Amino acid sequence: MLHSKSFVKKSRAGRVTKVVREHYLRDDIYCGASICKVCDSSVARLSASASTILVLDTNVVLNQIDLLENPAIDDVVVLSVVLDEVKNKNMAVYNRLRALCSNSLRKFFVFSNEHHKDTYVKEMSGESKNDRNDRAIRVASQWYQSHLGDEVRVLLITNDRENRRKAVEEGIFAETVESYVKSLGQPDLLDLLVQPASEDVDMAEVEDLRPSKRKVIYNEHKPMSEITSGLHRGIYHQGKLRVNRYNPFEAYVGSESIGDEIVIYGRTNMNRAFDSDIVAVELLPQDQWHEEKSLSIAEDEEDEEDVHLVPSSADDAPRTTLPQQDSSRETNPVSYRPFGRVVGIIKRNWHSYCGSLEPMPMPAGSGSVANALFVSKDRRIPKIRIQTRQLENLLDKRIIVAVDSWDFLSRYPSGHYVRTIGEIGDRDTESEVVLIENDIISRPFSAQVLACLPPLPWSVSPIDLSNPNRMDLCHLRVFSVDPPGCKDIDDALHCSTLPNGNFEVGVHIADVTNFVFPGTPLDDEAAQRGTSTYLVERRIDMLPKPLTEDICSLRADVERLAFSVIWEMTPEAEVISTRFTKSIIKSSAAMSYVEAQARMDDSRLMDPLTTDLRNMNTLAKIMRLRRIDRGALTLASAEVKFQIDTETHDPLDIGMYQIREANQMVEEFMLAANVSVAKQILDHFPLCSLLRRHPTPTREMLEPLLRTAAAVGLHLDVSSSKALADSLDHALGDDPYFNKLIRILATRCMTQAVYFCSGDLSRPEYHHYGLAAPLYTHFTSPIRRYADVIVHRLLAASLNIDKLPSIFQDRPQLTSISDNLNYRHRNAQMAGRASVELHTLIYFRKRPTDAEARIVKIRSNGFIVFVPKYGIEGPVYLTSRAEKGGGEWYVDEPQQKIKKMDGSLSYSVLQAVKIHMEVVEPQPNRPKLQLTLI
Amino acid sequence: MEYVSPEGLRLDGRRPMEMRQIRAEIGTIMKADGSAVFEMGNTKVVAAVYGPREVQNRGQQISDKALVRCEYSMANFSTGDRMRKPKGDRRSTEISLVIRQTMEESILTHLMPRSQIDIYVQVLQADGGTRSACINAATLALADAGIPMRDLVTSCSAGYLNSTPLLDLNYVEDSAGGPDVTLGILPKLDKVTLLQMDSKLPIDIFENVMQLATEGCKAVANYIRELLLENTKELEYRRGV
Repeated sequence: MLHSKSFVKKSRAGRVTKVVREHYLRDDIYCGASICKVCDSSVARLSASASTILVLDTNVVLNQIDLLENPAIDDVVVLSVVLDEVKNKNMAVYNRLRALCSNSLRKFFVFSNEHHKDTYVKEMSGESKNDRNDRAIRVASQWYQSHLGDEVRVLLITNDRENRRKAVEEGIFAETVESYVKSLGQPDLLDLLVQPASEDVDMAEVEDLRPSKRKVIYNEHKPMSEITSGLHRGIYHQGKLRVNRYNPFEAYVGSESIGDEIVIYGRTNMNRAFDSDIVAVELLPQDQWHEEKSLSIAEDEEDEEDVHLVPSSADDAPRTTLPQQDSSRETNPVSYRPFGRVVGIIKRNWHSYCGSLEPMPMPAGSGSVANALFVSKDRRIPKIRIQTRQLENLLDKRIIVAVDSWDFLSRYPSGHYVRTIGEIGDRDTESEVVLIENDIISRPFSAQVLACLPPLPWSVSPIDLSNPNRMDLCHLRVFSVDPPGCKDIDDALHCSTLPNGNFEVGVHIADVTNFVFPGTPLDDEAAQRGTSTYLVERRIDMLPKPLTEDICSLRADVERLAFSVIWEMTPEAEVISTRFTKSIIKSSAAMSYVEAQARMDDSRLMDPLTTDLRNMNTLAKIMRLRRIDRGALTLASAEVKFQIDTETHDPLDIGMYQIREANQMVEEFMLAANVSVAKQILDHFPLCSLLRRHPTPTREMLEPLLRTAAAVGLHLDVSSSKALADSLDHALGDDPYFNKLIRILATRCMTQAVYFCSGDLSRPEYHHYGLAAPLYTHFTSPIRRYADVIVHRLLAASLNIDKLPSIFQDRPQLTSISDNLNYRHRNAQMAGRASVELHTLIYFRKRPTDAEARIVKIRSNGFIVFVPKYGIEGPVYLTSRAEKGGGEWYVDEPQQKIKKMDGSLSYSVLQAVKIHMEVVEPQPNRPKLQLTLI
Repeated sequence: MEYVSPEGLRLDGRRPMEMRQIRAEIGTIMKADGSAVFEMGNTKVVAAVYGPREVQNRGQQISDKALVRCEYSMANFSTGDRMRKPKGDRRSTEISLVIRQTMEESILTHLMPRSQIDIYVQVLQADGGTRSACINAATLALADAGIPMRDLVTSCSAGYLNSTPLLDLNYVEDSAGGPDVTLGILPKLDKVTLLQMDSKLPIDIFENVMQLATEGCKAVANYIRELLLENTKELEYRRGV
């Protein structure tokens, strides 16, 4: 049957056109119930035993998606009209609903009512789009009821009063979500319900106890039409709001129309916007650009700095705020960054957040509804108000909460409880929180993914041996050097002397792409995960365990498939030729860094393996020197290493991670392999190669380093990476740690390197600043990084071993892959750091310690210290919080000193101090590490 | 954008392997020697054939076969927006050429030396797949004019969106910018006379898509043959044979 749909549409230019589309109605759309005798039951999803089948209204899906995700709700028919409406209104909810519909464990069935000949409804004249869709939902429910007969009750769930009334009139069973959930008799489900706005009244009454909260707190958002025209006329500026990770009262909006970042200071100016929301911003008058800031400082009483890990790059570090308050008035009267305020939110980025409830006294009657404030782990998120019936259960738990709305009358947004993770302070719970917070995919691999693995036990097959593209390199003396206990060995090396006195050096990388084929579920999963994540006590793999630890891992004394880069090098480490080949290798030794180092150092050992190691080390040293001559930076990080108790998984000891020559040797050859591969793939695929670049830091980014250096009388030349490297080399103070400290400070000024698609940028932008290399990519760790998998495919295609997968022809998709890789990479690092922070806390819980620390930044009421031994950083307060800025101390900005008024005491930047570290619990269940001066 | 829902329905409710509704009528223009209207869904095309007749321009006369000319145009009202469609623009010149070459392949031109056959096709309503519809309409009109042909030429398009081969793209699917294969075949002889593709496709997928288009062409051929048979029977009846 054919229907013609016609409607009028307004184009972006404002022209109105009439659109006519065909609309086919079918008789082969099935109802999806397994009890149905008429329909094809092979596609049926609804269970045979169901006594009630639910049909959902759009508003229910939009508001109650958390409830729908609970397995208590099942046997649901999702109409295509509802899907379309949800898709238009909220893409995130749509994706979650789609995930539910495709989940084989859940009984959600999509019924294409719009194309079924009996359930299609034509818009009547004078009927609004909404009314027509409501009618379509009712017609479909009615059809279901008459189609399935009386054995099943078809229940329409709608919160729309009018729709429900009409449904009941037409003889359809209809209920609201609340009454349906109540009828299920599971009180904890009620917490998942989003409270409709109309019932907000009693909440407001509770708040009445605090009179200040009743007044209008935020400005009302401007209507969308006004925002659009404002953006058009250039009054408003659109951009993504990014809240400062270390100061939730400060946010930035990167605006294209203004070409600069607009600073939003204070919650009032942020006007209910969340991090990553797309907002419209109005600039404040220029004279308020400063006043606004000092005004809001008074407000931020909650602003409290925690002890945290030392940032390893500018991305992790607190944003450089403008020079401190009062003193800045004279020195820097005109701010160079514009200030603004949010007038409207164009697109919300609400999702669910991890955290805990703010401690509060128990209400008298237990089990009744209580209001509580939720504090997110992520400091950028404001507190969220929720209602719960299980307060006593939740108080000491980590929970997940979703945001529903934020009224301009209320100080905090309101949300609802989603689920419990576990008890606060429990290591497993907190690790879980770390994973959720950083959006790490830690679910077990699905059956489809595992089905892509080769059968175990796996060994090199004759097919591999006879493959003309694969060289048999088993005769070579290949070995691997990794951290102790490493199970996913993805690189191995060899070095042999050639008759002409040159060396043949090979880097052999696990041939992951021989097992992970493009387009398979395994590949999709790996692409989504992007990287393995290393927490202190466990590892979340990108690929399933059999691949990472056995099939791909280049373990000793077994034949393994590899992708090899083989150079011929002169003894002066000049590369004469480069060769790439797939290969079969048999590692003769899997050493740890310590072992390799010990072998090299032991002059009595003269066996061939040790000789190879020494040769390689000599070459590596020359290569390293040459690289540094080119201007590569030797940066330092304060990485720490835990010793974990094997039984309890509690940390036993922490120490700085020691870097040996052996580490540097392996690193040098990996760098060389990556550079060689980058050249090769870019030559063959100039537009679709995946490379890695490190942007040159701007002078502004290096400003904090220069200021600190100037304060201690050190001049740093930052005009190029070479100049910086040289001046870092000359930065020698009287104490031995000084140089490393300066390097650590330099490192944190830089941004991180990122992946990109070569077609997106121009050649000069490919430059890798830190390594001083014009081209760089990642090739050497395909087991734990997806970028390397892609690069392996590109390299194989460039050697005509494999076809280039079709994805490389699609540049937008390639760009989105590299964006995802950057996102995942960063998240994995953040999670790793968070995990270290967590374990540091656990470690110090039982061991209050004294340690030496360095001052790295001066604050108005104290300073920030860095504790090298434990790699942490945190504030030390000279004055207590209450008497903030209370006169006794004053800051000498250019000298970077804080002095006591009477001049008896002064602290300057980079000075060593003794501090005491102890875990305190200012609030129950909220332990934190406190640093005090001794 | 999602062109095929997980339920396996396209935007207009068809399944991936389904064509739009086709409808055709023969002899719609009395003055012409042969004519037809062909519809594929909302795409509607009229074709008129004049000839074989004397060559108008002596210089173009070919001594051993007939001269085939073709003119393609789009009615000004064929799309929603009222834009003037110039006659000699590149697109219509190209389509004219494509149709001419395709039809010439099946006409037995050597039987009609020193004569001329004119094919006029005009798009009355455009909704994707105009090229195919024009070829199908031209075939019908030629058959109606009684011009000797090797076989009926039929055409159909197929595309590849959301990793699914789709038969007979409509305007929305066509403007997705994905690969779009237009195929013309001689169904009885099983020969390809026209093959065009926009954008790129890996060769193994291309073969699937082309296979699908071939099936579409055959379905069109069946319909056209039935229609012609019916038309002939009617003519017979009118003559009182």
